[in-house]
Amino acid sequence: MASLKDIRRKVGAVQKTKQITRAMNMVAASKFKSAQMRMENFRPYAGKFMDVLNSLALRVDATSHPLLAVRDPKKIWVICMTADRGLCAGFNSNLIKATERFMRDKGNEGKDVSLFTVGRKGRDYFRKRANVINQQVNVFGKFDMTLSASISDDVITPFTNEEYDELYLIYNQFVNVSVQRPTIVRLFPLPSIGENVEADSESSLEYDYEPSAEALLSKILPMYVHVLVFRALLETSAGENGARMVAMDNATKNCEDLISSLTLKMNKARQAAITAELMDIVGGTEALAKG
Amino acid sequence: MSDELILEIVTPEKMAFTGEVEEVTIPGSEGEFGVLRGHEAILTSVDIGELSFTREGKKSYYAVNTGYAEVTADKVTLLIETAERSDTIDIDRAQRAKERAEANLAQIAKEDLEFDKINLALIRALNRISVAGK
Repeated sequence: MASLKDIRRKVGAVQKTKQITRAMNMVAASKFKSAQMRMENFRPYAGKFMDVLNSLALRVDATSHPLLAVRDPKKIWVICMTADRGLCAGFNSNLIKATERFMRDKGNEGKDVSLFTVGRKGRDYFRKRANVINQQVNVFGKFDMTLSASISDDVITPFTNEEYDELYLIYNQFVNVSVQRPTIVRLFPLPSIGENVEADSESSLEYDYEPSAEALLSKILPMYVHVLVFRALLETSAGENGARMVAMDNATKNCEDLISSLTLKMNKARQAAITAELMDIVGGTEALAKG
Repeated sequence: MSDELILEIVTPEKMAFTGEVEEVTIPGSEGEFGVLRGHEAILTSVDIGELSFTREGKKSYYAVNTGYAEVTADKVTLLIETAERSDTIDIDRAQRAKERAEANLAQIAKEDLEFDKINLALIRALNRISVAGK
């Protein structure tokens, strides 16, 4: 049985761990709040953006646009979006697993798959395992739309230059604090837009387009990629902090359980020591009385 | 019936402005244009520039980045990357951005891919500086 001193030391260690996990929980909670706020603030923009895009798509035959070009997919690029930091339960590893599965499937079909990693965890994992062509690391501390702009710039030009034929984005969709779902979205060629739009366009207004609707659409399509990437970044950031919040809350609870069971053990050990000492004394006095 | 116009400035970070105004001037990509209530419905792209509107007789100025404007008879919706009101612009920061962009531009050739990017940064900084003074 562990000595009293050992158990005391262990209780102290667990207590310190608990302090750390609780602090991390609180930090994650406040970061999560601001990430969630940003997500909510972005929603009207994204919604309005889709309105404009759909109204344009209804009027213009967009199939000729280079970003919608469907080619025989020989070369595939995958954007794998993980967090920069760990300690958020399965958040990163689930996403990495989903990415690996996806790449294996595509590889088995004889496609040439390359990776573009966003976030340090994905980069670290795939660095030696896959063909990483581009990366963005340590970006989630503070990011704005220039980040998604640079990511989309990095993928749009090679696509129009036919350096690759299909682009997928894999990221954790934010469902709620404890659920983040790895999601695969095809970015290029862009899925035809405007298909799901209700044909109630007669009731909607006829706009004048300035410059032409075609020119506007070709300007707005790259922006669409940009908006999708930005939304994925926001969801990753919210999901990461949400996952960490839950993981650290669980860790704090586990520490409390451990502390109470260790305290019980400690008390038992202490009592045993006292009893043993008493027995010694009693034994000693008895021996003396006999003598 | 009121003769006012609802203006909404939507950016990815927040709703920068929403409210009733009398008049809006928008830096469209095909030239600056003013909007009053009853304007014909148009959809246009917006360039880096100065957006201004009159609300209760007072004029406000915003430095805006590229985006889109949707105009209907009683509502103007602006969908832009950034919008900063003139009195919230950090002039020192804009000045530094301008100097940095100018220094970078002097170093690289016009054909460089980065050239356009830095040039845009310079235009944005100049725009912020010019709007900040209002």
